[in-house]
Amino acid sequence: MNHPFFEHRLNINRRHFLGKLSVGLGSMALGSLLIKDLFNNPGQVSEHLMTGLPHFAPKAKRVIYLFQNGAPSQLESFDYKPALSRMFGQDLPESIRNGQRLTGMTANQDKFPMVGSYFPFKQYGQSGTWVSDLFPNMAKIVDDLCIVKSMHTEAINHDPALTFMQTGAQQGNRPSMGAWLSYGLGSENQNLPAFCVLLSKGKGNGQGVYSKLWTNGFLDSKHQGVQFSNSEERVLYLHDQDGLTADDRRKMLDKLNELNNIGFEEVGDPGIRDKIGQFELAYRMQTAVPEITDITRESDSVIRMYGPECLMPGTYASNCLLARKLSEAGVRFVQIYHQGWDQHANLVGEMPMQAMDVDRASAALVTDLKQRGLLEETLVIWGGEFGRTNYCQGPLSADSYGRDHHPRAYTIWMAGGGIKPGIVYGETDEFGYNIIENPVHVNDFHATVLHLLGLDHEKLVYRHLGRRYRLTDVAGKVVDDIIV
Amino acid sequence: MPVTGLVAMALIMLLAQCGRQPRKADEVTYNTHIRPILSDKCFKCHGPDASKRKSDFRLDTEAGAYAVLKGQADKHGIVPGHPDKSEVYLRISSEDPEYMMPPPESNLSLAHEEIELIRKWISAGARYEKHWSFIPPAITEVPKVNNDSWPANEIDHFILRKLEEKNLRPNDIKYDAFLLKRMMHDITGLPPDIQMQDEFLSDPGSQKYEAMVDRALASPHYGEKMAILWMDIARYADSHGYQDDGLRTMWPWRDWVIHAFNSNYDYRKFITWQLAGDLLPDAGMESVLATGFNRNHKITQEGGVIDEEYRIEYVTDRTNTVGKGLLAMTFECAKCHDHKYDPISQKDYFSTFAFFNQVNEKGLYGDITVASLADPPYMTITSRDKEGPLKFLSKADTGAVRVMIMKDSLRKTYILDRGAYDHPAAEIGVGTPEAILKYDTSTYGTNRLGFAKWMFDPKNPLTARVFVNLMWQEFFGRGLVRTSGDFGLQGDLPSHPQMLDWLACDFMTHGWNIKRLVRQIVMSSAYKQTSVVTQAHLDNDPENVFLARGPRVRLSAELLKDHILSASGLLNPTIGGPSIKPYQPKGLWEAATSGRGQLATYVEDTEDKRYRRGLYHFIKRTVPPPAMLIFDASNRDQCQVSRATTSTPLQSLVLMNDRQVLEASRYMAYTLAGQISDENKLITGLYRKILCRLPKKEETKAVRQYYSEVLKNMDDQKARAILGFGGHKLHDGADTKTVASIMQVVQMIFNLEETSMR
Repeated sequence: MNHPFFEHRLNINRRHFLGKLSVGLGSMALGSLLIKDLFNNPGQVSEHLMTGLPHFAPKAKRVIYLFQNGAPSQLESFDYKPALSRMFGQDLPESIRNGQRLTGMTANQDKFPMVGSYFPFKQYGQSGTWVSDLFPNMAKIVDDLCIVKSMHTEAINHDPALTFMQTGAQQGNRPSMGAWLSYGLGSENQNLPAFCVLLSKGKGNGQGVYSKLWTNGFLDSKHQGVQFSNSEERVLYLHDQDGLTADDRRKMLDKLNELNNIGFEEVGDPGIRDKIGQFELAYRMQTAVPEITDITRESDSVIRMYGPECLMPGTYASNCLLARKLSEAGVRFVQIYHQGWDQHANLVGEMPMQAMDVDRASAALVTDLKQRGLLEETLVIWGGEFGRTNYCQGPLSADSYGRDHHPRAYTIWMAGGGIKPGIVYGETDEFGYNIIENPVHVNDFHATVLHLLGLDHEKLVYRHLGRRYRLTDVAGKVVDDIIV
Repeated sequence: MPVTGLVAMALIMLLAQCGRQPRKADEVTYNTHIRPILSDKCFKCHGPDASKRKSDFRLDTEAGAYAVLKGQADKHGIVPGHPDKSEVYLRISSEDPEYMMPPPESNLSLAHEEIELIRKWISAGARYEKHWSFIPPAITEVPKVNNDSWPANEIDHFILRKLEEKNLRPNDIKYDAFLLKRMMHDITGLPPDIQMQDEFLSDPGSQKYEAMVDRALASPHYGEKMAILWMDIARYADSHGYQDDGLRTMWPWRDWVIHAFNSNYDYRKFITWQLAGDLLPDAGMESVLATGFNRNHKITQEGGVIDEEYRIEYVTDRTNTVGKGLLAMTFECAKCHDHKYDPISQKDYFSTFAFFNQVNEKGLYGDITVASLADPPYMTITSRDKEGPLKFLSKADTGAVRVMIMKDSLRKTYILDRGAYDHPAAEIGVGTPEAILKYDTSTYGTNRLGFAKWMFDPKNPLTARVFVNLMWQEFFGRGLVRTSGDFGLQGDLPSHPQMLDWLACDFMTHGWNIKRLVRQIVMSSAYKQTSVVTQAHLDNDPENVFLARGPRVRLSAELLKDHILSASGLLNPTIGGPSIKPYQPKGLWEAATSGRGQLATYVEDTEDKRYRRGLYHFIKRTVPPPAMLIFDASNRDQCQVSRATTSTPLQSLVLMNDRQVLEASRYMAYTLAGQISDENKLITGLYRKILCRLPKKEETKAVRQYYSEVLKNMDDQKARAILGFGGHKLHDGADTKTVASIMQVVQMIFNLEETSMR
């Protein structure tokens, strides 16, 4: 496949090169907006003034969150439970289930037959970490990862669980993690949004995503995640209409500024000056975004690392590469969602396809960041909203089963950004059902992420309707054990 | 300067900054000065929430504060007159981390000025007062002012009195184009057309203005403008929300809101019908339709959810909406525990919850695959009903429509331990927080109609104040109480407390007449004065709390769209009917969807449906219209009583590149191309349509320069590219280069800062 691969790249490069001539190669200002960002809305200052941010020296400057939407099974990925295979078909003991509520999908099942992973596991790296055969590329980088096998959550269905993972509350219009970081730390790059969102779909049973997952909630709307589209126009409304050149736009803005200044002379509203500034910022974004999102300029070795799919906009691989580029350019929080991980049935058929979508590119992202010396300051997170049951949903046979939602234990991994590499944290029982060591609640996870970014989760607050809100609400403990 | 002098200086500066100036320097009052501090910094642990109270000490009541401290027979929290014997003062002024309050780990601290205020207050006797918003409003005397030529009505006496106290001068009143534009936008949400402008400016003055106001109030577009606010409060949307987010049909309820405002239903009727229109003795289809208000909350369609968990969510949402939107109380804080700041116990919460817990409904009626547009209970509206009792409904959709409504069955309500659906504790009957107004079931009854009667009991201290404040916010861009959804202890104090009370009483004594209230506001000099900002304004009152200048506010997302469409001539002014799907960047719904349900793909409307007003935009909750959200529209997830007005680069991108704006520019360019022989006239026409005023000489000159520059660089190919889009059919014959160049000019004027302001 080598030859067509290069031919293809070449064509894309040619097209882009010709298309880009008119845009020019304006340079990007990487001026830091730290703190300053908090002050540009006078209405908020008196009430929400926070001095001394970050609260202490940050380990990470940026986050890339590879969200596996729908909840990938921990039992077919990182939480190796050979005992489950031995107990194939046996009913889950009541003593283990121990009052755990069930979703409406399996609540009426009269039996809960246990089933182990169809896919074999092997040990990898110096750490000897078990990884299933579905994730060969992630397996190769286990020594860079911190695998947390003891995540647990309170929600049992997708919508509330996803919302909990992203905003710290199951219900309610609370700001998401990225919005909190944008609010707390601002943007490192004036020409790009501080919080970017990239979507892709897998081939497995999927659940939708919703803009409340990247909402600003009660924070100022500039902290809202900016959803990138998978079309040529990455940021909505970015491109000038056909026929117009950047020069035409510049002339329009010059005249607009002149007229706005005439208005300012008469009305004196400082908001007019601000508006002029916003138009200039928009103009700079029009140049900066296409330059940063142009993946065709990446070297062949990078393209090979992420795999040929990365050249197709809208794929997970393409979004991973784009995430690296945005992050490298100073975007504080890049949120990726990959749909299709909801294997209630046909797990054996669907999970390999899902793994194929994400395995290579997720590992490539970590390696790529490492090679660029960026991994130390970039926190990468991989995982879903809950785990999956150790028992089968629906008909069970040796090579066909499904798994329902399981909030009590699931696995995520983190890398870079001050996280200890090459460790496995937390442990579940031999049934893979309950946590027996080092539980990490969603609030703890949030507290830890904020901590890595130099923020005290109890101090990053916003007063809204008479109350001080936090990402971690009233709980959360930093998991010191996984921090370098 | 001696130390006491410094403290006094600091105190004066603090007070000036907060805008709370006591008449005498040493007059410190609980409601104005002390409670905001105690509430914010102390009540979390020493307030109404009994379960979280530390050391059994409460500081929010006089009895609690004066009492002997537990286990310390000789110590009291507060000893009136003696700060040095008051444990509260000793602790807040201490620097010993073991002893000081608030404790270091709370991340809260008191400023020196705040400690000093508390010292003075204790010295003067530490007198407590009931929270201001729980004292029923009393009509106050209209204050005297020095300059009695400025006031137009009572409002102005209150405003001017404050200004005179602060040595600020209000701006002049000018019956000019700016005022006409502001008033028309505020009342109808649409700019004045050329004919109106001519009429007004031919004889500008108070009388003509009044006539214009009355005409605006009589326009059917008034109801549309007011409905936008109400749709935010009622969290109206066209989809169910939650993950699969299927279609719902609540638009007939939205059309009822427009109808109710246009018919000037008084506020009591407006709210009573929405809360309990099904329980009225003379309930009819219309009053039942109004109860859809309570069913606009999100509803899940996710297979496998636990039914009761979500049913409780819906009841919670209803309760919170009523709390925040109608009473400006943060009820939701008392669901899991007693309120930490306000006197609302968890018991109070669930007794109010009980009113809304009777609906015969389930949490889940089946997942998206059996998509229901309206979950029970619902009413079915047929085309015959649209000829009869529901004549105001759009006849565009000829089929029968189901709309969710309220219908009670009997269900017991339990206090839910920690708010959890699966932890019912003691059974509880209906009621409300007693601190607001005691709920007597023998007077009011035990259903939602009783709750409505309680709300409109003349002794209810909140109902009128809250609505009057919302209306003030609608016209001045900020409420008299800035936190329009929180009149509780953590909310802001009113900037003009006497006026708020006067307006509330006046509103009640005049039959809760909404149009009358609106008229009162827009006829005031405070509203009519120019919005010119001077350096003195910026120095003394940057946020314009005291209104020494008229309000200058950015148009909301909906109104900005309406303005551009209307100015261009493209607007389709049809009122009501199913929501519409205008231009939207491609692929947004498709990227986010699970693929299930009727809303998996976005199917753009065609023809002039696209040019309907912004309030008819289809709101799919999980993917709300992006251009609207960029301009701070509500995502309709929950009740929202005010919107931010931010200024961001994404807004500039929308104005430059949204197809809706481009199409309006293109259309306007075609209609004006015939006038190109007289450039000055063309520019004047543009300014009058878009900015609703004549251009200044220098503006005409600048625009002419721009036009000729653009034209010089235009060639046929470029012109065709620029004009080659859009759904609206254009007539032939015009020179494409000219049209494309005019389009650039129109586009630029749409982008002017002034265009998005009113």
